[in-house]
This record gives sequence, structure tokens and C-alpha cells, in this order.
Amino acid sequence: MQTRLFAAPSPHIHGAERTQQIMGDVVLALVPALAVSVYVLGWRVLMISAIAIASCMLFEYLIQRFLLKGRTTIGDLSAVVTGLLLAFNLPAGIPWWIVVIGALVAIGIGKMTFGGLGCNPFNPALTGRIFLLIAYPVQMTDWTTAVPDAISGSTMLANVKAGAVALSEVDYLTLLGGHMNGSMGEIGALALILGGVYLLWRGVISWHIPVAVLGTMALFGLCVAIPEGGATLWQLPLFHLLAGGALLGAIFMATDYSSSPMTHKGMIIYGVGIGIITMVIRLWGAYPEGMSFAIFIMNAVTPLINKYCRPKRFGTK
Amino acid sequence: MRTFPIGGIHPHDNKEWSKDKAIERLELPDQVAITMIQHIGAPSTPLVQKGDKVLTGQLIGQAVGFVSANIHSPISGTVTAVDGYANGQGQRRLMVVIKREGDEWVEGIDRSAEHKRECTLSSEEIIAKVKEAGIVGLGGAQFPTHVKLSIPDGMKAEVLIINGVECEPYLTSDYRNMLERAEELLTGVEILMRAVNVERAVIGVENNKPDAIAHLREVIARDNYRGIEVMPLKMRYPQGGEKQLIAAVTGRQVPPPPALPISVGAVVCNVSTTIAVYEAVQKNKPLIERVVTVTGKELKSTHNFLARFGTPVSTLLDIAGLPEGDNKLLNGGPMMGRCIVDLTAPLIKGCSGITVLSGKDAVRGQELSCIKCAKCVEACPMGLEPYLLSKLGKMQKWDAAEEHNAADCIECGCCSYTCPSYLPLVDYIRLAKQTVAANIRARAAANKK
Repeated sequence: MQTRLFAAPSPHIHGAERTQQIMGDVVLALVPALAVSVYVLGWRVLMISAIAIASCMLFEYLIQRFLLKGRTTIGDLSAVVTGLLLAFNLPAGIPWWIVVIGALVAIGIGKMTFGGLGCNPFNPALTGRIFLLIAYPVQMTDWTTAVPDAISGSTMLANVKAGAVALSEVDYLTLLGGHMNGSMGEIGALALILGGVYLLWRGVISWHIPVAVLGTMALFGLCVAIPEGGATLWQLPLFHLLAGGALLGAIFMATDYSSSPMTHKGMIIYGVGIGIITMVIRLWGAYPEGMSFAIFIMNAVTPLINKYCRPKRFGTK
Repeated sequence: MRTFPIGGIHPHDNKEWSKDKAIERLELPDQVAITMIQHIGAPSTPLVQKGDKVLTGQLIGQAVGFVSANIHSPISGTVTAVDGYANGQGQRRLMVVIKREGDEWVEGIDRSAEHKRECTLSSEEIIAKVKEAGIVGLGGAQFPTHVKLSIPDGMKAEVLIINGVECEPYLTSDYRNMLERAEELLTGVEILMRAVNVERAVIGVENNKPDAIAHLREVIARDNYRGIEVMPLKMRYPQGGEKQLIAAVTGRQVPPPPALPISVGAVVCNVSTTIAVYEAVQKNKPLIERVVTVTGKELKSTHNFLARFGTPVSTLLDIAGLPEGDNKLLNGGPMMGRCIVDLTAPLIKGCSGITVLSGKDAVRGQELSCIKCAKCVEACPMGLEPYLLSKLGKMQKWDAAEEHNAADCIECGCCSYTCPSYLPLVDYIRLAKQTVAANIRARAAANKK
């Protein structure tokens, strides 16, 4: 009998889940938002996304192949996720070369410097976005280039903050379905929620971070609205949940595995932190949007959260 | 429906391959090899020499100390060697090799099929008989049963839990025993209740075995077994782990090591072990055989054999028909079973089944890097951080591993099973656990001096 015996320590079977499949699921979950973006802003969205994804994969490959001289892992699809999320954080009219620079920062500095997949202390796509926001503030906040007939050059967050638009004048249905003023990936709230539900159903993310972030923002908004009372009580919280990058950030950016906490308790603390910092920046800071900075700051706190929020040991109270 | 509080996974149970195969008595082997260590504790001392004649059921290995177990000859014949041979894992172990001549039993063993229900023995007498018969945990742990039944001073048992969970995928030996030997099992439960002096016993069975649950309930009602309850449990691995089962049944969690189940008033005993207790106490029959499942998707046939210990693994596999190509042979199930690398190795007391994984299933997936997805933290039934412990084990940071409770690990394998990057988490945690446990023991010994 021709037979070869294998030996290894237990366990000898494995669940169906694989890293590549998780990354594929995230990409799939982003497709509805991408579709809304293409519908609202036009085909340029696809081009920018393609450039971002291709540059991220290329930089990862080049760094692993020629700088680190090791195994290349672009097959795990994590660079695709980073590329797509980076594109989602850019305005559709951005020049292509800025996208390439963003990808280099995201992959080169945000990810590979720290050891690649799973080792990055900060969300790589966010690292790229924040770099671009500081280096190219004009191009990063120009929302009109792609759509010449856009109503305004500013996002709704900026308009409301500047007092140009009153909360009662905001069209909440458009915010939900798809609007023109914002980064490519943040303009279709419903599509983002749909993607989030898919990720929850597939078990890719747990509810703790998104619910903590959005819940905190809503509660914070409610508290701020109390002095004014009336319709503001629901308009202010709802506006902050739907406008800007709240949903994109809470569902897709803050849940980045390696830069978020490992236990449910830790995830809640992390999410609450993001919610508070975002609202503080949005309401009283210099920037109209604070999501990116809030996630970035809480990414930095994650190791500390992990140290103090350990799972409940079996047999202890 | 009840289950344990944290962690756990849902692997496909793969019971369908062998669950409908009735228990069949395997023909007596021509030769057996009996390992002198088939239990947790001190190895037994061989009582026979080359050339000695032995009878079936004769004591051939004497327990050394309290935590140890007697070993009896499973066949009659002549001892041809007492020497070191490879066990299933290829480790050299002292074995007594016996060549079979006929099947002559030691006097006093009741081999009739008659069911003997009445038992008037005291707790001490029952435990003495269990000890004499060399009974160990047949679920796989091989912990001497008489030690479990001896309640430490100052402690009191409140409930006896019979482990009929069989949460390991593929294995069906406990299941067949519950279906085909319910009377012996239930009388065994009554005897154990006398031994540990409790009024209540719970047989925990997962809800993937509804016919076993129904059958046990029917026999309990028909034959009027008092104080015995069958509790269906929601299917989830590792429910058969002692601490998980106690938590599922009683809602109480055994505190971290070194606390024992008795600290929450529970004594746990496996189904097959309980039947062995019945045979030892009512029939004077020592532990010389067991039901062993031989299963696998690619095998020509699957079986639930009643086989004598010491039977070569190859005998079982020859009947089942091992497929050509790549195979992984497991002593036990796929979650916690240990690989068998030597086909001449003998069947041992703790072998509830031989699972054969073939082809692609025999090979591990390729390891990627940890993506910190926290799925292992969620899956761990002991509330540990497997990703971190594994890393600490790899880096040999034993003090940090101890601080993160490496000694709590039950090696159930949920973390490795669930890891999307195919990291061998348990491999390194096991290493950390063993080193940490040794360090703790060494410190305790030093403190005594």
C-alpha cells in the first residue's frame, strides 16, 4: 500500500475563514458605496479608485520584493482594501499624481514600515489621507472639479459649521441616498450602512466599534442640542451621523483589525473615544470634519486599551 | 437550551460517517502490546516476565502510588517480551507483549449478559473496585477514575455529571454506548452516585444526538432510575471539556487552576467510563476493552469496534481500508487527537476513536501573518488572548505568558481552528503552558524546602 503519514500537533481541521476571503468581503461591502459614487459623481470615481488600488498593490510588491527581499503578499488582497479606502477618502476631482503619492505614504509609511499586514499601529489608508490633507489642502478640499455644476465648493459639514446652511434646511433624504459634496466614498449613507450590515452578517466585524462610535456621536449631538431644543434635538444628531465621513469611518476605517482593540470592552472604549473626539473637532475645532483625526488619535491609544482591557478569564468574577 | 458561557466554535460534526454503525466485537488479536503508562500519573510496574502464562483479566501492571492505574491482560497467552517499543507517537515506552493462546479468563469475572442492577456496596468499596479494575477517563484524558471519585476532606459533591457530549467531530463511541448499552450506563450512574454520595446526576448530551437523548429518557422512565436527568445541550465545541460541561450544566465556573471541579461541587465522568465502572463493580471485570470508532471520509468502511487493548492499530485500519496517498491518523478526533505515526502501535485506554484525514485534509494550510482580527480571543472558551500567548510562547517569554494565564489553556484548539491566517496558535501556547506549569511546580517545590 502506497501511503504517506503526516504528523502535526492538534487541531487537525480548520474553519472556512481565510485572510484573503475577509479582505475580499470588505471590498465587496464597499461596492454599493462605490456604485452610488459613480452614479453621483461620474466615471472619474472608477479611475481614481483604480489608480489608488493599483498604486497600493504596486508599492507593496516593490517594497517587499526589492527593499525587504522577502515573500510578496499582495495576493492577500489587503492592499486592495487599503487602496479602495484611500480612494474613498479623496475628492473625485483630485489630480492622479496626488493619489499615487497618497498610496506611497499609505503603504510605504503606514503599513510596510511597521512590518506589513497586521503590524500597522495606524490605519494605512487614513495615514495616506491625513498626509495628503496636510500636504495638499487645496486639492483635498476642492469638491467642484469633477462636477462643474456642484452646488457649492464646500461639504455640508463645512456649510453648516459656517452657518451658510441651517440644520433645518438640510435635505436628509439626499444625505441618505447620495449627495455631491464630499469625498468619493462618504456620499451615500445608505450604501455604507448596507456594506456594514454585510460585514456584520459575514462576521468580518463585530457591532461594538460602529455602534460605539455612532452612538456616542448621536448622544453627544443630542446633549449639545438640548439648550436649543425643538427640531434641533433630532436634526443635529442625525446630521452628524449622515454627513461627512461618520459612517465610512465608523464602519470601515475604525474597524481596521490591527489598529483597533482586541476585546469587546476595548472596542467600546475605543469607539466612544472616536465619537467624542470627532464631535469636539466638528463642533468647536478648526476643521469641519474630525473623523480621520479621531480615528488616528484612538489608533494611538489602542495598545494601551489592549493592555488594560483583557477578556474575562474563565472562572473569575 | 444550555451551553457554556464564553468562546467556542461550530465545526461540522462529521458524525454521519460512523454514527449508524452498531458496535461490533473485533476478533481477538493474535498478539497484543500493553503499555505500562496508559494514564495520567506514575507508570505502572510490570508484574510479569518473559515466558509467564497470563489469563484474560489478570493484573500485569501494578499502579504506583495514588495517581496511577492498574493494567490487566486483555487476552490469555504467554508473555514474549517486556521491553521498550514505540507507541503511537513514536515514543519508546515500556510494554508487555503477549502472544495469544485461546481466551481463558481469570476466575470470578461475570461474563454473562445478565444485567445486574442492585448494588449495596459502600462508597469506599466501590472506589476500591474501580481502582482495582484500572479504570481511567475513557474520553481521552486517561485520568485515573478512583482519584476523581475520592472527594478530598472538607469538600462535598453536590451533583454527578455524566459526559455524553462527545463534542469532538467524527467520534461516535460514546453515542453508540448510549444507544446500545443504556441500561449498563444508567446502573453505572447509580453506582457512581453512591460512590460520591449525591442525590442528583445529570447526563449532558448535545442536541445533535436526539435519538440518544430520547432513548436514555425512555429507559430512565421505564426502569425507574431515580435522580438521573438527561440534559440536552446546545451543540458547540468544546462542550465536552470538563470545565465547559460543568458551566453548561450547573451555571457555575470552576475557578482557575489549581482549583478542581469539586470546588463547585461537581464530579464529571464520561459515558464509556461509567459503563466500565458498571462492569468493574457489578461484574468484577477489569478494564481490558473499549468501544473505539474507526472513521474517516476516505476509508472503505467505518466502524464502532469493541476491541481489546493492545490490538495493533494496523489491525483496525486493515479492516477499515486505509486509502492510498496522504493520510493523517489520529488517536482521537480532529480537534484534540494526537497523530499516530507508527501503525504497529497498540490501542490504548484513552483511544475513543481513530480518525483518518486523507489527501488535502491531512496537510496544514499555509501560515500567513497575524492580522489582529481578534477571532481567537472571541473563540477562546477560557477567556485567554491566544494571539498574545502564542507570540509570548514563540519568543520564550515565560514570565509574561504566566502573567497572561497560559496555564489555564485547555488546548481545545478553537483559536487555531478559527485563525484566518492559519497560525499554529495552540502549538506555541502548549509550549508556553508546559513551561509555565513546570515553573509553577518548581517554585512550589522550592517553597516547601
